[in-house]
Amino acid sequence: MAILVFAENIEGIYKKSSFEAVSYAAAIASTTGDKVIAASLGTVEGGRLEELARYGADKIVNASDKKLDVFNPQAYASVLAQIAKQENATIVVLSNTYSGKSLAPRLAVKLNAGLVSGVITLPETSSGFKVKKTVFSGKAFADVEIKNQVKILALTANSYSPQELNKAAEIAEFSASFSDSDFASQSVEVKRVSGKIPLTEAELVVSGGRGMKGPENWAMLEELANVLGAATACSKPVSDMHWRPHSEHVGQTGITIKPNLYIACGISGAIQHLAGVSSSKVIVAINKDPEAPFFKAADYGIIGDVFDVVPKLVTAAKNLKSSQN
Amino acid sequence: MKILVCISNVPDTTTKITFTDNNTKFNSAGVQFIINPYDELALTKALELVEKHQGTVTVINVGLADTEPNIRKALAIGANDAIRINAQPTDAFFVASQIAEAVKSENYDLIFTGRESIDYNSGQVCGLLAEMLALPSVNVINTLDIDNGVATMERDIDGGREVVKCNLPMVVSAQKELAEPRIPNMRGIMAARTKPLKVVDPASLPNSTEIAVYELPQPKAGCKMIDAEKAEELISLLHNEAKVI
Ligand SMILES: Cc1cc2nc3c(=O)[nH]c(=O)nc-3n(C[C@H](O)[C@H](O)[C@H](O)COP(=O)(O)OP(=O)(O)OC[C@H]3O[C@@H](n4cnc5c(N)ncnc54)[C@H](O)[C@@H]3O)c2cc1C
Repeated sequence: MAILVFAENIEGIYKKSSFEAVSYAAAIASTTGDKVIAASLGTVEGGRLEELARYGADKIVNASDKKLDVFNPQAYASVLAQIAKQENATIVVLSNTYSGKSLAPRLAVKLNAGLVSGVITLPETSSGFKVKKTVFSGKAFADVEIKNQVKILALTANSYSPQELNKAAEIAEFSASFSDSDFASQSVEVKRVSGKIPLTEAELVVSGGRGMKGPENWAMLEELANVLGAATACSKPVSDMHWRPHSEHVGQTGITIKPNLYIACGISGAIQHLAGVSSSKVIVAINKDPEAPFFKAADYGIIGDVFDVVPKLVTAAKNLKSSQN
Repeated sequence: MKILVCISNVPDTTTKITFTDNNTKFNSAGVQFIINPYDELALTKALELVEKHQGTVTVINVGLADTEPNIRKALAIGANDAIRINAQPTDAFFVASQIAEAVKSENYDLIFTGRESIDYNSGQVCGLLAEMLALPSVNVINTLDIDNGVATMERDIDGGREVVKCNLPMVVSAQKELAEPRIPNMRGIMAARTKPLKVVDPASLPNSTEIAVYELPQPKAGCKMIDAEKAEELISLLHNEAKVI
């Protein structure tokens, strides 16, 4: 039997979340004794396939058909189903990214599999097969039992650190078969925001709320984010007022993130906001109101004016970074 | 155009989440339920489409009788009719297979779901339903235009946006920029009372997953306060103590 892991790439380069997924699959395999089969779809730049072995793949199935160069949920689900069947996979691991979310349910139907999305821990197999996932947008967790023989786990970004295992993997070419319906939806244009760390995968996040007073004041948050190598985020009213793009809105009705560090500047800490960020490992709240609810959810707090505090943090972060180089 | 909107009944966003029966059940006592916010956006978008292209909007919900106030609210906002599949939903697979079974011969041109429900956050129903009905699907869409049976949409991808085209029929899931929610007016509320709400029995279909136990996050050990005058100390604490930068 085997554990199949889908290693997604963007224009031929694997995402960090793909390495997390491969290492996660390898960790399951180390207890079940299964082989880890990594599936790579579309053209991948020379030498990169081996990276999957570095993070724990025993075998790499390379479906390098040009038709798969642009992500398509239906085509990807059908190729992954073909690979899963060929390899007798009983567990399929993928990342709970936007692409993972669009293909995993289709794959589940094709494989008659039980799917859990938003998984944050390794499975518990002492009685049944259970995994932990986030529910109520981060307000709680649930241990979910999967009853189907085939199981699909969609892993939340930043839940499992990639481990270098340096395996020697065999690379097998795979020629997929397609039906017309696989390409019913067509990608017309991909607009990637370049030079920015995608918020969904970021390890460090600098976020601003209504306390930032206006979009013109974001320069200092972006500077802090730049120095730290962080992504930027915001509270809901900030994106509602179009100070920042909607894609940066975190919380119960925005995106849920799980970075190592979340710095909240001028955000009150409403329950809906906290839901989306409370799984962050370390939380910093900066607010001039000592009663702001965010301080109850934070690890570090500064009571003060963001316009005084943030520039000091920028200077200190620059000093730290230059002392490291 | 014949449109179906799948709506889910979820706890209001201000709900403080608690559990009962040794953390095996969600405690719904005193909880106010709302239409899942993304589903409400999907409904508004569906109404905008029939205002432009003509047609009907049907809402469907898998739930027990206690979801009817929110189904009536959807009718008050403007849906033409509603279907309630009379079952307690157990997981996304169960919900999608019940809906697929109920609508498989209805030939909807367009089926909407929300991007995800804000209670179980799976985001699966769109893809499951599409695969079960052998239809294409495009998830997390922020725009949708229909011209001569071809839909053009912009969807969120990791680190950007993608423009996608697809022929109808299809299944889509709504992301927050798709529409602004509508508040039902008095006329809508009056009309909703007499709009058709059909209750159907569930098909006997299995669920595939089950929640064994719930857990609440560990409360934070306490917040270490740093003097604003010495804010720079935060950076060294994050580096040396928390070791996150
Ligand atoms: C259905 C629903 C869903 C929602 N979903 C979300 C969601 O997903 N995400 C989300 O974020 N919100 C959500 N909300 C809104 C939420 O309830 C709060 O209104 C929102 O989070 C508040 O944003 P804020 O903290 O930026 O603004 P405010 O509440 O206005 O807080 C601003 C904070 O900045 C501080 N401040 C002001 N000036 C300064 C200064 N110079 N220096 C330092 N501090 C300063 C103030 O003390 C205050 O605490 C939702 C609400 C509803 C009803």
